[in-house]
Amino acid sequence: MTPLLAITGLRTEFATREGLVVAVDGVDLEVLAGECLGVVGESGSGKTATFLSILGLLAPPGRVAAGRAVFDGEDLLAMPEDRLRRHRGRDIALTFQDAHTALNPALTVEEQITEALLAHRTADGASAARARALELLRLVGIPDAARRLGAFPHQFSGGMRQRVMIAIALACRPRLLIADEPTSALDVTVQAQVLDLIAALRAELGMGVVLITHDLGVVAEHCDRVAVMYAGQIVESGPVAAVLAAPRHPYTQGLLASVPWMEALDAPLTAMPGSVPRLVDLPPCCRFRERCPVAIPACAAPIAMRGDTHQARCVHA
Amino acid sequence: MTEPLLRITGLVRHFDTRRGLQMLTQPRARHTVHAVDGVSLTLARGETLGVIGESGCGKTTLGRCVVGLTPPGAGRVMLEGRDLLRADAALRQEARRRIQMVFQNPYASLNPRHTVAETVCLPLRVHGLARNRPEAEARAAEMLERVGLRRDHLPRYPHQFSGGQRQRIAIARALVARPDIVVCDEAVSALDVSVQAQILALLAELQAERGIAYLFISHNLGVVGRIADRLAVMYLGLVVEEGPAREVLRKPLHPYAEALVAAAPRARRAEAPPRRLPGEPPSPLDPPGGCRFHPRCPHAMARCATEVPVLRPQGAGRSVACHLHG
Repeated sequence: MTPLLAITGLRTEFATREGLVVAVDGVDLEVLAGECLGVVGESGSGKTATFLSILGLLAPPGRVAAGRAVFDGEDLLAMPEDRLRRHRGRDIALTFQDAHTALNPALTVEEQITEALLAHRTADGASAARARALELLRLVGIPDAARRLGAFPHQFSGGMRQRVMIAIALACRPRLLIADEPTSALDVTVQAQVLDLIAALRAELGMGVVLITHDLGVVAEHCDRVAVMYAGQIVESGPVAAVLAAPRHPYTQGLLASVPWMEALDAPLTAMPGSVPRLVDLPPCCRFRERCPVAIPACAAPIAMRGDTHQARCVHA
Repeated sequence: MTEPLLRITGLVRHFDTRRGLQMLTQPRARHTVHAVDGVSLTLARGETLGVIGESGCGKTTLGRCVVGLTPPGAGRVMLEGRDLLRADAALRQEARRRIQMVFQNPYASLNPRHTVAETVCLPLRVHGLARNRPEAEARAAEMLERVGLRRDHLPRYPHQFSGGQRQRIAIARALVARPDIVVCDEAVSALDVSVQAQILALLAELQAERGIAYLFISHNLGVVGRIADRLAVMYLGLVVEEGPAREVLRKPLHPYAEALVAAAPRARRAEAPPRRLPGEPPSPLDPPGGCRFHPRCPHAMARCATEVPVLRPQGAGRSVACHLHG
């Protein structure tokens, strides 16, 4: 099966005063139609930068130094800006973590949903766009949708704003939805509702979903496959059940042991020693080497991903 | 029975949200946020009481009332049997030393213009716990090393540290005056999970060493389940369930607590998808009558809409405010 999106060898750099920061370093990822891929990692691991890179949304001084991102047979990174614009928001949609700042406070919800429809000419005229906007608000479960169309973002609660943003993202029936921390700002009961909604829409519309998150619990419950990022690289990837049950990379192992799982309240939390390395002028060795309990001299050399469907970037894998 | 270290009884804190002319034109009742609406809790020496609930349930206001950052409208906060709300200046000063706080956001809770030395020495200065500056700095340095930082971090400024390190500085500031109680308001919520585990381990060690009691406020059930001895679940300004932490999380009695536990992410997927709670917490501006949870409750009965359930003991140190458990 041809993947919907295939990223290969992506490298994103930020030239800073302190040196060259390689925020994304040789990332390979595939997303299939209809699947949910979880991309997990801690702050600064490069999970958001990866997807901003392929959509041409990096702010200077960020720039893509190498790599391909093939969507629908075409390389997003090689295409001219006006062509990329036709995909972005139509075939590939992105939702941001903070709906409060991502939505325009001065426009009504209707204006923000129809803007996408009219810009991509996926609705025939203003009245068709309005009808579709209403349909979308209903789809994402906003009560009393007809009346709420004319409301402004500040008139919605946090969970409802997140739904509005998902409605905007879904406006043009994208084939790929990239959801960046869609529930991190929400309460747990509302978080569960929003993730269930994304899952239902994925099943209904058959779109591929990338869920960027720092929450392994969200990955466990909602994703088919997962890629774990550390310091700009993918260090482990595979089916969620396999990675969570038998993690192969010491970082994934440490991360899983740090999570206060609800079903293991008596198991002690084990904190990983040390902290994430600064991404400036990193040597080409394993980036987890300094913190790794099982590091050996061979870890000083660059390490490729090993394995078949369940892969890890570790000499012991 | 001996008096607990901290006893909160019937604590109420409402906020009037009217501004300016609204004071004259709008009725007070419809513009009052019922943040805390009659909460009673106790905290023993060396114990951790977890307080969980969603945004707007009043858990932060409760913590702020305990440290004295927000004056309650009614009720009592008693430190070893002495009422802090009717305290003289000396007792208030003593309470400020003995009850400290760690806030959620280490980017906002540290003064960016103060060095680490100034931040950590301040409580010592305010409470007259060091004779001179060198002594204060020596104590601060010792405290920094205890929380996993270095002596040479003293002259640095907050922006030179990561989020996890900043939270260590905030913990050092809270602990340097040797408090008996530390209110931790979402103290690990803003941190990455590996850093969160490090800070939780540090808090547990410091508690074992110094016999500190924590009032640990959080929305994260997994975190609270690891650190708390007892647990209070809040909904719209009220405690709806209380008891030993792990028992409450394993077998919650109140339907709201049950829904919270069911919604918390797990490592293994349940065979049947958990039943989700419909709707969102109603506004604390206008809490529903009767049981405040009844509009969202899957087990609501006729009496739930009219009769307010009181917190009733269920044995084994547990209590719940629900008509199902009359």
